This record gives sequence, C-alpha cells and structure tokens, in this order.
Amino acid sequence: MSVTAIHDDHHDHGPAKGLMRWVTTTNHKDIGTLYLMTALIMFMVGGAMALLIRAELFEPGMQFMDPLFFNSITTLHALIMVFGAVMPAFAGLANWMIPMMIGSPDMALPRLNNWSFWLLPFAAVMLISTLFMEGGAAAAGWTLYPPLVLQTGAALPFTIFTVHILGISSILAAINIIVTILNMRAPGMTLMKMPLFVWTWLITAFLLIAIMPVFAGAVTMLLTDKFFGTSFFNAAGGGDPVLYQHLFWFFGHPEVYVLILPSFGIISQIIPTFARKPLFGYSSMVYATASIGFLSFIVWAHHQYTVGMPVEGELYFTYATMLIAVPTGVKVFNWISTMWKGAITFEAPMMWAIAFVVLFTMGGFTGLMMSISPADLQYHDTYFIVAHFHYVLVSGAVFAIIAAVYYWLPKWTGRMYDERLAKLHFWLTIISTNVCFFPQHFLGLAGMPRRIPDYALQFAEFNAWSSVGAFVFGFAQLILCYIVIQSLRGEGDRATDEVWEGASDHGLEWHLPSPPPYHTWESAPDIR
Amino acid sequence: MKISKTLLASSGLMAWGQAHADYTLNLTEGVTELSRDIHDLHMMIFWICVVIGVLVYGLLVYSLVNHRKSKGVAPAQFHENTKLEILWTVIPFLILLGMAIPATRVMIKAYDASGADMTIKVTGYQWKWRYEYLDEGVSFFSTLDSKSNQARQLNSGINPASVDNYLLEVDHPLVIPVGKKIRFLFTGADVIHSWWVPALGWKKDTIPGFITDAWAKVEKPGTYRGQCTELCGRDHGFMPIVVIAKPEAEYKEWLATQKGGAKSAGSLSPIPAANAGEEAAETRPQPAGQAAVTQGAKAEGPKAELMALGQKVYESHCAGCHRTGGEGTPGLFPAIKNSPVVNGPVAAHVGLILNGKPPLMSSFRTVLKPEEIAAVATYQRNALGNSTGDVVQANDVMAIE
Repeated sequence: MSVTAIHDDHHDHGPAKGLMRWVTTTNHKDIGTLYLMTALIMFMVGGAMALLIRAELFEPGMQFMDPLFFNSITTLHALIMVFGAVMPAFAGLANWMIPMMIGSPDMALPRLNNWSFWLLPFAAVMLISTLFMEGGAAAAGWTLYPPLVLQTGAALPFTIFTVHILGISSILAAINIIVTILNMRAPGMTLMKMPLFVWTWLITAFLLIAIMPVFAGAVTMLLTDKFFGTSFFNAAGGGDPVLYQHLFWFFGHPEVYVLILPSFGIISQIIPTFARKPLFGYSSMVYATASIGFLSFIVWAHHQYTVGMPVEGELYFTYATMLIAVPTGVKVFNWISTMWKGAITFEAPMMWAIAFVVLFTMGGFTGLMMSISPADLQYHDTYFIVAHFHYVLVSGAVFAIIAAVYYWLPKWTGRMYDERLAKLHFWLTIISTNVCFFPQHFLGLAGMPRRIPDYALQFAEFNAWSSVGAFVFGFAQLILCYIVIQSLRGEGDRATDEVWEGASDHGLEWHLPSPPPYHTWESAPDIR
Repeated sequence: MKISKTLLASSGLMAWGQAHADYTLNLTEGVTELSRDIHDLHMMIFWICVVIGVLVYGLLVYSLVNHRKSKGVAPAQFHENTKLEILWTVIPFLILLGMAIPATRVMIKAYDASGADMTIKVTGYQWKWRYEYLDEGVSFFSTLDSKSNQARQLNSGINPASVDNYLLEVDHPLVIPVGKKIRFLFTGADVIHSWWVPALGWKKDTIPGFITDAWAKVEKPGTYRGQCTELCGRDHGFMPIVVIAKPEAEYKEWLATQKGGAKSAGSLSPIPAANAGEEAAETRPQPAGQAAVTQGAKAEGPKAELMALGQKVYESHCAGCHRTGGEGTPGLFPAIKNSPVVNGPVAAHVGLILNGKPPLMSSFRTVLKPEEIAAVATYQRNALGNSTGDVVQANDVMAIE
C-alpha cells in the first residue's frame, strides 16, 4: 500500500487515500467499518423487503404482488437479514473491538481479513440479482427445503453459490477471530480476564467453523440433485427430503446462536458500564455461553416436530431443548444482578440493553413454550413462531447491535451522537417493534400459518396493526442512519477518551484516544 | 414503559379476549381429548412463564427505579454469589422437570394411533388435498372454493369480506364421523405440505415418498377449518382444509351417496376407487366405473361441454402455475398461450398431462379422469389464445395411454 508523503511528520502510518484504501486495507478498524456499513445497507435492503411483505399483508386480498414474488421476498428478506445484516454487523464489531479489547495491534491474519470481507458484497449483490432472473428468486423460504426449492428457476445455482461464498467468508472471519483471540492477547490478559464480548465471539467462531460446512454440503447436495441426477433428497430415487431438514437444522440451530451469542457479549459489556458495577457472575457467564454453544448442536430437530419422527426422538429433542432455558436464565439473572444496587444511568446504549433484556426474555418464554413438542404441534409454522424469532432476532440481535453502535460510536468517531435524537430513535423503535410483533403471537395461536400472502378475515385486525408497526419501525431506522452519518462527518461534541463515566474500569478500549489512531496497541498495554 | 406493556400482554389479555368475538387471542381448546390436553399443556407453560416473567421483570423494574444514579446511590461492588448462582440453576431445572412430565404423557398419547376405527389417507398436492377413505373406496380432491379463488386474484376487485369463510372454504370438505378414532395417513405428491386443523390439536407434514400418521377422535359435530402450514409454492396460502364432523348415521348417509355416485355432475366429483381396499392412488380409475359418475360430461359430449368442463379443470389444476390467462410464469412454468406443445400433436400434449414433468409438474394420470384430461386438453387447444379447433375425447386419452 502506498503511503502518501503529505503527512510524513506523523509517526504512525495513516491510511492510504481514496477508494483503494478500502479495497486494499488490512487494518482491522477499516475492515470493521466496511463490515458495519455493509450491514447497515443490507439491513435497509432487507427491511425494505419486510415492508413489501407487510404492505401486502396490511389487509385481506392480494393488492400488490403475485404470491410467487411474495414467497421470493420472504425468502430473500430472511437470507439478507441473517447473512447480510446481522452476521456482518457482528463481524464488524468483532473487527473493531476484539483487538482493542485484548490489547492486540490488529487481527492475526489481516490479508485474510480483507478477503473475508470483500467476498461479502459480491455474494450479497449476486443474491439480490436473483430477484431479476427468469423465474424469480428462490421462493422456498430461507430454509431452502427440497423438493420445493428444486422448483426454483435460473436463480437456484446462484442462490446456492451465494451460500457457498457467504459460508467461506464466515469461516475465514471465524478462523481469524479464533487465532487472534488465542494468540494476540496482551501479556496478562488471561482467558478468564477477557471481556465477555470477546468470549462470546470466541465460542461463536467455533460454532461457525463447525456449521457452515454442513450447510454448504447440504446445498451442494441440492445442486447435484437438481443438475447431476443424484437423489439425496428425492424419495423416488431412494433419498429422503427430511434428510435435508436434519442437515439444514444441524446448521440452522447453532446458526441462531451465532446470531445471539455476540449479543449476549455486547449486553454484558454495556450493563456493567452504566450500572457502574462489575459484571455479576463473570465466570458463570462464560460457562453459560459455552453450555449454550454445546446444547445448540444437540437440539436441531425441534424445528421438525411435525415431520413424523419416532416418539422417542420427539421426547429427546424436547428435553434437550428445554435444557437451554437453564443457561439462558442464568444470563438474564446475572444481568439483573449486575444492575442490582448499582448506580444506573440511562444513556442510549443502556436503554437498548435494558430493552434487550426485557424483550429477549419474552422471546425466551415463547421459545420455552415451543420446546414442548406436543404444544409445538399447534405452534409449528404459524405466526406464533414468526413472533418468537423476531423477538429474539430483532429485539434480541438487532437491538444488541444498535446498543453496541451507540456504545462504541463515540469511541470510533471521537464524536458524541445526539442523545435526544437517539432517545427518539429508541422510543419509536421500541414501541413499533412491539406493535409489529406482539400481535403476531395472537395471529399464530388463532391459526394463521406463516409464509402466506393472504389470510382469512379473522386475522385482519392484528395484521393491520402489525403492518403499521413495521412501517414505523422501518422509517425510524432512518434516524439511526442520520445519527451515524452525523458522527462520521465529525458533527457533535468531542468525546473524551473514557466516553462514559467510569468506563475505563470496563475495558481496554476506553484507555485509547477517541477516535483511536489508525494503529493501536503497537506496544502491548500493561494489564494488572 | 415496555415492561408494563409486556406484563399487560402476558396476564391481562386473556380477560380482554372475552370481549372480542371476531378474532381470538388464544389457542383453541379444540374438539378432541388430545387437543384439550395440548391446550392445557399450553396454558400450564404459559402461566409458568407469566409467573417467572412477573418475578424477573419485577426485580428488573425495582432495580431500575431504586438503583439509579440520580437517586444519589453509590454503586455496590459485589460481583458473585455462588449460593445464588446454584439456586438459579437448580430451581429452573426443577421447573423444567415439572413441565417435561406432562409433556411426555401428552406426546406419547399423540403418537398412539393404535385401535383406530377407520383410516383416511391425506395426500398433499400443489395446491389441493386428496382424501381417500381406505376402507370404503371413496376418494376425492378438495380445493379452494371458487368464490374465494376469484376474490384472491391480484386486484380482483372483489372485497374479501363479501366472501363467506374467505380462503377457508373448499369445494369438497372432508366428512368424518364423531366419536370414532380416525387414523390419518399423510403423504405428499410433489413437495412437502402440512395438514393442520387447529381444532384437532396437531398438524402433520405430508412428505413425498413417505407416510406419516396421526389420529383424532372428534367429540362434537361441527365444521372445523384449517390450512396448509408448510410453504409449498405459489399457492401455499390457498389450499385450506375443511373437516365436517357428523353423527355416525349422517356420516353413513353421506358415505352412501359418495359410493352411489349420485352426486351432481362436476369436474371434481368424488372418484370412486375402482377396487375398494386397494390404494386408490396406485389404481387408475377404470373406464367402466366412469360412466356412472359423469353424466354431465359424457366422454362423447359436444365441444361446448368439453370446453366448460375443461375450463373448470384448468382453473382448479393448471391455473396455479400456468395462470388463469395461460400466460405461464416465465422461467418456471411455460405459457399455454401459443405453446408449441398445445398447438402440436394431440398425443404429445395429452402425454405431457398424463406423465407430468418432474420436478415442476406432477403426473395427472391418477388425479384426473380421462374425460377431464380430454376436456382440459380441448380447452387448452381452443382457448387461452390457442385455436387449433381440435376436440379431444376421453377415448383418445385412453388410447394415448
């Protein structure tokens, strides 16, 4: 990389100028920014698709689109939100924060880091481009179940190739994170001193390496079934369509923990800072995260209670799934104990963190209900499920990401965001999230299946509410975009190094200047 | 605040639900012992969650109210308590144990389809259901009723509110006797579907190439509605289920009319299986058995009759993919309009209908009767922008076969 001579008087190497800085960068902060901006863009794209869905569902009857297109955007909404928005956002946070939190100058494998990011925009563009292909995008849901997915037109191989590329990107990022955490910690930063965000990402990275190849394998089998005459999932040729479901959910269930474990880490960073108290039960938090990671591998078929498994299988998966409530409960109890007898203040990151605890717990309750297989014979594939996973993914993962952005944005940019605007964003989002997703519990219990473009009249009221909530939610996120742009442009008050009162007790990143120089911790910090 | 909202939602809404009859907030109790067991299980877990929720959210709110910096409190610095941590690991575990025991009992019951009085085989098709009364030799298809079907077309201009049971009505409901233990067998013809009637308490996937089962013993006569719950393609939202439970005597009467073939003519009138006891799906209805049930559409009928029947068959079985106007879905389902197959030799056209084109189009050999295939072929060749002038007769179809 060329270093322009204009700022030669500086000691550290600044970034290259222009577009090539971002294409060739190996700097963890640059790559973190790239990931986060990509995630924000994809969040808006996936959100626009959600609004199309909710527009069609606003009232009974088909007003805007063909049912096949409805199925396509339902599929793409999920794929984009999971693989394009939430996962890249976590990767961005990991890139920015892990080296700063463990006292490392950068990620261990900077060139790999560049590549794992740059695979992403191409995969995303390819995925979106399938919408314009003959026959439309894949319309079988993000789970891509055969035989239905084999009815996809020209988009099928592109969708599968996208999954492959996204998988490679995730695996490379995961390898980089593991290597960085295990090798690059500053002297004295023992494993059990690491911030919880680092711990949760370490466990998440192991999950990713274990599951992405399974998903890649499963979709490759779809590819050969479609184009090369194999019959992995074709009963007529001796295969089994349910085999795909087992493979998919062996990936899919740990995947949902990939989406939530880093959130747990973020919340465990934020709550102690604003309660001005150390995290309660640090080691039990680490063990709980590890237990959740382990359990995630042995519960997959609870997504398949209705496929006709043997009753012994149903019961095993019921018991195993219920067990997840224990470590998850431990986490919630620990967060509340952290706040207990603290000196709490309510800056935006803390507001989001509290909302996370409350609403994620709601999603946890419905999750517990769904773990009971006989009851799930009713809940399965209804809007009750849709409500559940949006409570854990929107008010869980997405809220945690937004909390993290507010928490660390002043550190990244050196500028305080506009607190009043942030509060407005918070209240609009929190109310609209509940208006959008809470009525979906009722819809599901009353009998509305998921993934339908039109519905019977008794579902009209709650669908209308849900759509109103969705639109308010969607447009409220423009405030977030505005706040981010403001900070990037250097508007707002200067942030101190500590940013938050007393934050220097809560992590190495608060000992660095705001914004941090291009290269940080070139000499390892002294950790007591 | 959001907390009060959540609490209201979890505890107060049950009472609120009584006042609004139009829509329901909670799971139905259903009309079988099993569905009631499942409902009770659901309510038990719900209340356990409410109690835990009140405790957890209560502590959280207390802390947020009382442990604020603005109250001038100094933060405590405690950060662990082994006893507490063991306690909140063990107690939830015990609660889970308390939930697992009744769950196990209900699940074992749900799986015990032994001692059934009768068996009905349900096959999921894109996008209709086929019901076969295996011991009776009665079998028929069930599709979305035409009023809903017209109203649900894009910008149909028909207000869904003007349609009775919009999207929850079918042309041929499944009729079952009350008080009998019925074993349902499920399979899929093309992709995976899922058969769900909430009042029965469960749903079951219909998987191509595999048979799954479930059972129900309905206690109360009535009409129970449900829908397909596994995404199965374009018209997934438009293949409802209607189950009518009748007292034994009325059911027998209904069954007799089905067997007698006294039904009024219609494209989808029940098809009597040729050999009772043999699986109808495997047995092509014999031409001899046909004449009795299809007075309205005789194989040698004039062209106008063939066209009328053909249009009905087309709209029930073909329009889902090839569209009502025959324009098809580019890249997936070819247009009927100006199609080289439709405008080509009759034999190839009928052969395609008979054999299908996996994986996109399943075979219609066992789905449609020869005169229905003849009618739909005639319709396709003389409507939807085509005008070959050909008339295809049932005999031609049988000859091609």
